[in-house]
Amino acid sequence: MDFSLLRNLIRRYCVGEENWVDSRTIYIGHKEPPPGAEAYIPQRYPDNRIVSSKYTFWNFIPKNLFEQFRRIANFYFLVIFLVQLIIDTPTSPVTSGLPLFFVITVTAIKQGYEDWLRHKADCSINECPVDVVQQGKVVRTQSHKLRVGDVVMVREDETFPCDLIFLSSSRHDGTCYVTTASLDGESSHKTYYAVPDTMAFTTEQEVDSLHATIECEQPQPDLYKFVGRINIYKDREEPVARPLGAENLLLRGATLKNTQHIYGTVAIYTGMETKMALNYQSKSQKRSAVEKSMNAFLIVYLCILISKAVINTVLKYAWQWSPDRDEPWYNHRTEIERQRHVIRAFTDFLAFMVLFNYIIPVSMYVTVEMQKFLGSYFIAWDEEMFDEELGEGAQVNTSDLNEELGQVEYVFTDKTGTLTENNMEFIECCVDGNVYIPHAICNGQILSAEHEDLFFRALCLCHTVQVKEEETVDGIKRGIHQGRPTSFYISSSPDEVALVEGMKRLGYTYLRLKDSYMEILNKDDEIERFELLHVLNFDSVRRRMSVIVKSSSGEYLLFCKGADSSIFPRVVSGKVEQVKARVEQNAVEGLRTLCVAYRRLSPSEYEEACHLLTKAKLALQDREQRLAQAYDIIERDFVLLGATAVEDRLQEKAADTIESLHKAGMKVWVLTGDKMETAAATCYASKLFRRSTQILELTKKRTEEQSLHDVLFELSRTVLRQRSISGYGVEHLHTLDCLDFGLIIDGATLSAILKPNQEGSGNYREIFLEICRNCSAVLCCRMAPLQKAQVVKLIKASKEHPITLAIGDGANDVSMILEAHVGIGIMGKEGRQAARNSDYAIPKFKHLKKMLLVHGHYYYIRIAELVQYFFYKNVCFIFPQFLYQFFCGFSQQPLYDTAYLTLYNISFTSLPILLYSLVEQHVTMETLKREPSLYRDIAKNSLLRWPVFLYWTCLGVFDAVVFFFGAYFLFDNTTFTSNGQMFGNWTFGTLVFTVLVFTVTLKLALDTHHWTWINHFVIWGSLLFYVIFSLLWGGIIWPFLNYQRMYYVFMQMLSSGPAWLSIILLITVSLLPDVIKKVLCRAICPTATERAQVRTLTPAQEQT
Amino acid sequence: MKEQQETANRPDNTAFTQQRLPAWQPMLSAGIVIPGFVIIGLAFIGIGIALFVTSQNIQVLERDYTGVENNSPCFKCSDPSTKNCVCKLDFSLDKLFEGPVFFYYGLSNYFQNYRKYGVSRDDRQLSGRLDNFQSPDEGCVPYQYDANNKPIVPCGSVANSLFNDTFKLYQIVNGARKLVPFDGKGIAWWTDHNVKYRNPSITPLKNAFNGTVKPTFWSKPAYELDPSDPANNGFVNQDFLVWMRRAALPDFRKLYRRITEGDYKNGLPAGNYSLEIAYNYPVLDFDGRKKVVFSNVSWMGGKNQFLGIAYLVIGSLCVVMSIVMLIVYAKFKFPDEE
Repeated sequence: MDFSLLRNLIRRYCVGEENWVDSRTIYIGHKEPPPGAEAYIPQRYPDNRIVSSKYTFWNFIPKNLFEQFRRIANFYFLVIFLVQLIIDTPTSPVTSGLPLFFVITVTAIKQGYEDWLRHKADCSINECPVDVVQQGKVVRTQSHKLRVGDVVMVREDETFPCDLIFLSSSRHDGTCYVTTASLDGESSHKTYYAVPDTMAFTTEQEVDSLHATIECEQPQPDLYKFVGRINIYKDREEPVARPLGAENLLLRGATLKNTQHIYGTVAIYTGMETKMALNYQSKSQKRSAVEKSMNAFLIVYLCILISKAVINTVLKYAWQWSPDRDEPWYNHRTEIERQRHVIRAFTDFLAFMVLFNYIIPVSMYVTVEMQKFLGSYFIAWDEEMFDEELGEGAQVNTSDLNEELGQVEYVFTDKTGTLTENNMEFIECCVDGNVYIPHAICNGQILSAEHEDLFFRALCLCHTVQVKEEETVDGIKRGIHQGRPTSFYISSSPDEVALVEGMKRLGYTYLRLKDSYMEILNKDDEIERFELLHVLNFDSVRRRMSVIVKSSSGEYLLFCKGADSSIFPRVVSGKVEQVKARVEQNAVEGLRTLCVAYRRLSPSEYEEACHLLTKAKLALQDREQRLAQAYDIIERDFVLLGATAVEDRLQEKAADTIESLHKAGMKVWVLTGDKMETAAATCYASKLFRRSTQILELTKKRTEEQSLHDVLFELSRTVLRQRSISGYGVEHLHTLDCLDFGLIIDGATLSAILKPNQEGSGNYREIFLEICRNCSAVLCCRMAPLQKAQVVKLIKASKEHPITLAIGDGANDVSMILEAHVGIGIMGKEGRQAARNSDYAIPKFKHLKKMLLVHGHYYYIRIAELVQYFFYKNVCFIFPQFLYQFFCGFSQQPLYDTAYLTLYNISFTSLPILLYSLVEQHVTMETLKREPSLYRDIAKNSLLRWPVFLYWTCLGVFDAVVFFFGAYFLFDNTTFTSNGQMFGNWTFGTLVFTVLVFTVTLKLALDTHHWTWINHFVIWGSLLFYVIFSLLWGGIIWPFLNYQRMYYVFMQMLSSGPAWLSIILLITVSLLPDVIKKVLCRAICPTATERAQVRTLTPAQEQT
Repeated sequence: MKEQQETANRPDNTAFTQQRLPAWQPMLSAGIVIPGFVIIGLAFIGIGIALFVTSQNIQVLERDYTGVENNSPCFKCSDPSTKNCVCKLDFSLDKLFEGPVFFYYGLSNYFQNYRKYGVSRDDRQLSGRLDNFQSPDEGCVPYQYDANNKPIVPCGSVANSLFNDTFKLYQIVNGARKLVPFDGKGIAWWTDHNVKYRNPSITPLKNAFNGTVKPTFWSKPAYELDPSDPANNGFVNQDFLVWMRRAALPDFRKLYRRITEGDYKNGLPAGNYSLEIAYNYPVLDFDGRKKVVFSNVSWMGGKNQFLGIAYLVIGSLCVVMSIVMLIVYAKFKFPDEE
């Protein structure tokens, strides 16, 4: 990726601006156009080699090392290591070099292996065979040899080797079916269209004879956008230009389906410039709140470290001031040491830094990363989040945010497909006020037969549904389900399928689209044929779509269907009032409504529309905008036909989930593009609003009557009055009994509030936020996708900086999913875009409950303990060493042996905490699910706040003081063996270290609430390992090491009774305050979690 | 095909993957903690009493002989210019000093745990490797080579500063001095004496030291430390070994001799004693102190009040805390427990 960017830059700035063009010209088959056609701009394109690997064999070591040392922790340890190498330091470079080497090597091996896999994958992709048409023959070559302009032939079930322009197909209608499952996860078959002028080609010779150029934009990553133009030269005439759109572009990575082969496709983007490759780019990194606290703590510890080193350096020189201490006769210095005082002071400082550097835990980053990586498997493994229907479970796209799931304060959810099933069912339609319900007797009063006919035809024609006739593996299930194994409808919009199927039940069956003719089987079993002239596709801004058809009688008809708000303003006649009333009634019931209208076009009007559309479609620049303009001109003066109502059922347990989230203290906002009434109905159904909820409306309707300013102030007064009456803080407002507020706001009002250039807008924003803060539920309707993201951003940036979560299933939710702290995608019916862009993907909305209340809660307490414990155990570890400096003349004498210094964090104390952070469950899953309010216990990063951090640090200091002075008084001028022999400094250190290892491990054991056999194994095992290691390390004079100072030290210590007694005593004393604190806190002010622990325990005891 | 795919996607239903491993869920509840504290407290008090009583029964006799004060018997020796000074320290015992009696020397304000001091040694040399006799380790600087560039054996600060005061204890029996026999065996760690430190396997030992010089502070070379006993000579000399094991703290004692033989098998009987000190070791220039200590030991080593008192304090604290907790629990019960 870097390289292509670099190349582009070089190309842009070195070759010169003139040569940089916004579009590229491709010569099909590398044939140059007839002279004088257009200026020939040579451009260099990359070959079709896909490089997803990061490293090559040669640059692996330097590049990987560079990447790794860019991380601040690794760099810090590298610096420490280098300092140890350069100056004479108390501990050998091995102590920091070995862990660093270990970490770096493990990471490098992991990354190297992953890269090797990528190389292999790249290789198999790049060498996969491809058929290229050259000189009228099909030649088989390798994928990476493809060049821009090559004409490629692709067979059924083959994957496209690069981005191709579709010239001709084996199907007569010039279409082909493609599945883009590997690109965006949508497994439905999409239809692509060949360029009309070339679709007749059937042999490679014909294709080869084509003389044409393609102009298109430079590569860009949007999968659904493409703008281009093909110029076909025939016999030296003026070239024929045809527009090319996304429907002509076959993307690399997609697979050809249900089409024998397609000929003559031209490679336009190759290799790393294909849209698939451009989409490899990783998303921006999100960082969790825990990580931020961790970094803050780290800075504190860095300050402690530096101040410790400074204190010791200063004290050292103060102490050495008197000459008898500076250089007693028994400890002469060398000549070099006597000189250079300033430099010596600095090296002393560095030496102290090295001595105390272990206070910043090396292994913390590694452990945290392992915890996140391994821990995320529990989400993917969770069987309760496995959906039978989809055949898929939860999916973790990033493991960095596991703990953030336990911190969510605001949930922004989409409605359609997220709260609701997105499984549409046609309920009724209404033509001019007459209601038709499938399988029910119509009310008979057919007032305007003409409108009825038109209405049903409109619904049968105005859509982009495809008819699937052949059975494929995917189809079996649905085909049988429908009882009609021969055909069923597929579409990207479930509403359309519901409508077309509803029409079928009302007697009008859409048969197929054949050679631009749409065939309908009407009530009387006659086949009607309409020529499909233009499709004015749906988009979320216009919120409507249209088709222009020519009936068999030669009439030009424009049918349009869309949201009521986008249809009614364009209607000139029809029974608007009746339809409107019905639409509103349906919307209140929570049904999705669409209005249908039509317009008869005269041939001249049609010609004009045709001209407009073609011109817009041919445009290379701003095609979108020009199309929108054209649509706007064409879609007007409608005659209203009627409306439809489709039901979108609530997802299973959606209400329960929302209730739980509320109880857990989260605020749930629904952001939807739907209209207010429908959305509000869904909100009531899903218990987002309760009967007792007082609804505050902030909609266009209201702001039309009053000014926005007045409405806002009025609402805020209402809310504040309530709060002052109840006299409680915000937290108490959304408890169950209290009157709570629900806010409904629409997109237009929201943009008015957020409008930046308005005077006093900052004020509006604040008032709005204040109102929102006091509402337990907010419904934002009529939202454009970008507005959803704006809302999330607004809340994110408010002064409390709450943690936000966005959940959605469709492409329109992607922006908010990316914006929120945690983005959750639902593997929905509208494709996989949301799931692909999310941090976590779940099959159903109900899984959010377990995701947040159970997994999020667990991950948070696990990582919080992990972080605090890591700092704690390193304070315990290093503080005695700091104290020892006061008793060894500040000479940087290490208290512990090198092996202990090195292995403390790597092996003696690493596994228990890692395991704790993977399997700890302070309360059972059932309790967490049953009592969502437990989630409030950990809200606002409560376990990683400064007081808690301070407690842990103080506990660490206390323990360290106990270790050190306990050993100090024990050693004070006495022997503690019965043979009268004395112990030396290494025994002293080993005693402290033994107490240390036991204390920190037992402290973790005290914190563990969930003892599985693995916990037992790891905790007792690591203590045993320490003992065995010490016995071994001291039991042998290790050959080649020239290292014997620890020889028999550990055994000698254990042979003394007082040593045992003091180890037991010191461990007890160190653990005592924590136990007392725990017991007293539990008794005096138990948290909800602790109460729950008692409750779950008591019945269990009663049973036994 | 479809079925297979679904089962492949389905997560494993094992206790581990579903986080449902059977687990013991202990809780620090009153029912466990209060009796636990009482038991621990009582046990600690018991141990504390035992330790305290044992410690009380240990006899210790400590005498400073640095000679700082004018009336001190070793005052005359404290001047560094006097050579081969001998001073006598007299003391008397009112009752039997029970044996076996251990005789220690102690140094104060002496930083044997100084880092540079501690690393200034050559372990290979001390394990008898002859290569390192000719070229001692870098770490021994500034006691690596002498002024004539001859290697020092044993090299380094630790060896160089070997404690060289010697003591002789006499009991005054009817005005006559009776030598109390000292036992110098087994005062160093067995492993130091038998494994860690080795003399080069050359006889006579003196030859191994050819071309080397003795440490500058030493009066005699290593091979003459105890010519009478080859098992106590050279690097395996027990006094040397005791010195080479660095003390952890700046005030320390080191075992000098044991009194286990002859008439003094059961201890030092009551009476007057005279300790003859060959005063060689200078400590005053760094404000250090020297002392001698007679002590007997119990199963728990020398006299150490700390451990017994600490056990008593912590034990009582546990009992007190259990009472406090009981009161707290009586007052603040969980609402659910009512």
